Amino acid sequence: MNSGRKLRMVLLGALLGTVASMSVGRAAEPPLKVGLLEDVSGDLAFMGMPKLHGSQLAVEEINKSGGILGRQIELIHLDPQGDNARYQEFGRRLLNRDKVDVLIGGITSASREALRPIVDRTTTPYFYTNQYEGGVCDASMISMGAVPEQQFSTLIPWMVEKFGKKVYVIAADYNFGQISAEWNRKIMKDLGGEVVGEEFIPLGVSQFAQTIQNIQKAKPDWLLTINVGAAQDSFFEQAAAANLNLPMGSSIKVMLGFEHKRFKPPALNNMHATANWFEEIDTPEATEFKKRWHAKFPDELYINDMGYNAYNALYMYKALVEKAKSIKLEDMRKVIATGDACIDAPEGKVCIDPKSQHTSHRMRLISVGPKHEVKVEKDYGTIQPYWLGEIGCDLTKKNDKDQYTPNHLPKKS
Amino acid sequence: MSAEVFSVFYQFADVFAFLILSAAGLAIVFGMMGVINMAHGEFIMCGAYVTVGLVNLGVPLAIAQILAAVTAGLIGVLVEFLVVRRFYKRPLDSLLATWGLSLIVTQSMLLIVGSAVRGIGTPEGSFAIGGYTFSTYRLVLFGCAVAVLAGLYIIFMKTRFGVIARATMQNAAMAKALGARTGRIYAISFGIGTGLAGLCGALYAPTMTLIPTMGATFVVESFVTVVIGGANVLLGTAPAAVFLAMIRMALNASYGQIIGQIGMLVAVILIIRVLPEGLSSVLVRRGR
Repeated sequence: MNSGRKLRMVLLGALLGTVASMSVGRAAEPPLKVGLLEDVSGDLAFMGMPKLHGSQLAVEEINKSGGILGRQIELIHLDPQGDNARYQEFGRRLLNRDKVDVLIGGITSASREALRPIVDRTTTPYFYTNQYEGGVCDASMISMGAVPEQQFSTLIPWMVEKFGKKVYVIAADYNFGQISAEWNRKIMKDLGGEVVGEEFIPLGVSQFAQTIQNIQKAKPDWLLTINVGAAQDSFFEQAAAANLNLPMGSSIKVMLGFEHKRFKPPALNNMHATANWFEEIDTPEATEFKKRWHAKFPDELYINDMGYNAYNALYMYKALVEKAKSIKLEDMRKVIATGDACIDAPEGKVCIDPKSQHTSHRMRLISVGPKHEVKVEKDYGTIQPYWLGEIGCDLTKKNDKDQYTPNHLPKKS
Repeated sequence: MSAEVFSVFYQFADVFAFLILSAAGLAIVFGMMGVINMAHGEFIMCGAYVTVGLVNLGVPLAIAQILAAVTAGLIGVLVEFLVVRRFYKRPLDSLLATWGLSLIVTQSMLLIVGSAVRGIGTPEGSFAIGGYTFSTYRLVLFGCAVAVLAGLYIIFMKTRFGVIARATMQNAAMAKALGARTGRIYAISFGIGTGLAGLCGALYAPTMTLIPTMGATFVVESFVTVVIGGANVLLGTAPAAVFLAMIRMALNASYGQIIGQIGMLVAVILIIRVLPEGLSSVLVRRGR
């Protein structure tokens, strides 16, 4: 062996030693593990992709500015492909094997309800980042999206006042569609309106000629469209082709499924929705946020509210951990109980309600025009997620681990 | 009154067209050739994407649709040559191979084209009868379904190719001994089947949301129609579609889409129980 080679070996050894000691130095502060379950393939991929992007953007920003409590974040994303069994399998894997510090994600309410019992067996906090049908009273879950008292209690009275008292409902046939329809029945009853028809559509159905005629037979003043998924969205194209021409309202269209970007105008003409986020918001904070997003993901068709909420979820997690100076759920919940769990989001300041662990939102009612232009019709300001608290859910006192609906209220104790 | 009558016909025609167009290609590939083509939906998706792509390039819709069907047919010939050819004696393995193909295609489309494509919109045109308004394009779909049935009948019953193709499917060795180029016959038949799947996608592309997994919405209906139709594709598929369309339409109209779908599938179970060979077994027996 010649001496040159020996020297090289020594140098290499020294170099390796330095690298090893560097990594040991870092290992004293292991990164926080964030488990993320979002569909980026399968039928809901077009909605799930922005959720993954929003999480990636937030993680990158937080890591650049020093992490959470000085610790970097490691994002572990798995793709359940819209399959509830995979949600459970991957949820267990993230919680039990990867031992993530926080779990985020889930698109449909079915996937959330599949995950929740698994999360409840651990002490890991879980963030659900979609708008949904509301009512989950569970100490392990923090909900970042809007709920019926923010969406339906604003939208439905407005639609009744503007278009009339008769509504026809087309809803996806699973817990989200069923419970949302229940909300509509309750609110319409309070308003003295009439539900002239309700049709629940199995997921994956794409043909609506009969539905369109059933609607015309029932002669409603407006439609509540809470159909879900790409196949069911074909309704809009087919209704437009048949010249159905009715005003529509929804809690998920435009800001969530960006149908106005995916269909040729005027298929979504006269659609209305109440939303805490839609990409057309043009406040300075929102514009700045959109600029950062599109710089990182130039091909994004639309920043939907799920993606936006997913982005906020990480900042909310950061705020909770830093205020609690702990990554334990019980310590974070002490911060929530003070009512001081707030962040400055692109929509404005949002806070977590101590009783229900749902998020307050600034709600706006938007409408879509014939060229698919989006207009703000009414600004409701900040609306609290008050319903669960009113019916008796108080997570600061009792963990119900249940989902309530207008027909399924907590038992009076 | 006349509005109600027309409405019943229109709804029947709509379901019928959907069943025939989604099943026609599979009737040849699965019904005649015996290949359990799990990638049937992906050929439909291919037809839809090619149509939308061409329309966005400025090609008129009807021409784009024809080109899309031809593209799906040519890809079908290629797939037959590369994959399916090896599995004619192993039908269960053909199921796995085509299923794998379907997974690869949907994921590749997701990665290359993205999770959603902007639709092109249904051609203008609606008309009103009584209190109802109807989309003209849905009647065009019905016309196409009838034309596809007529075309299949002519190709397989009235042409020399049709005679040889049927002979090949019945007894390939004998057909070969008599001088038929069975390899080529298989490839062309498979191509016609996938071309018809492509045509289905092309025709429905303007009316639907385009995502890589869109083929899945057609697959259940297409398999069900072909299975009910039974072994004799030309005699079976059309009555199967008429039968299923009547059941589904009646239940959809009275009880909504869930009952419509459940009712159709229950009818399928009953028929398979009573007539394991499908509707065509009865028709063929009567014919003799």
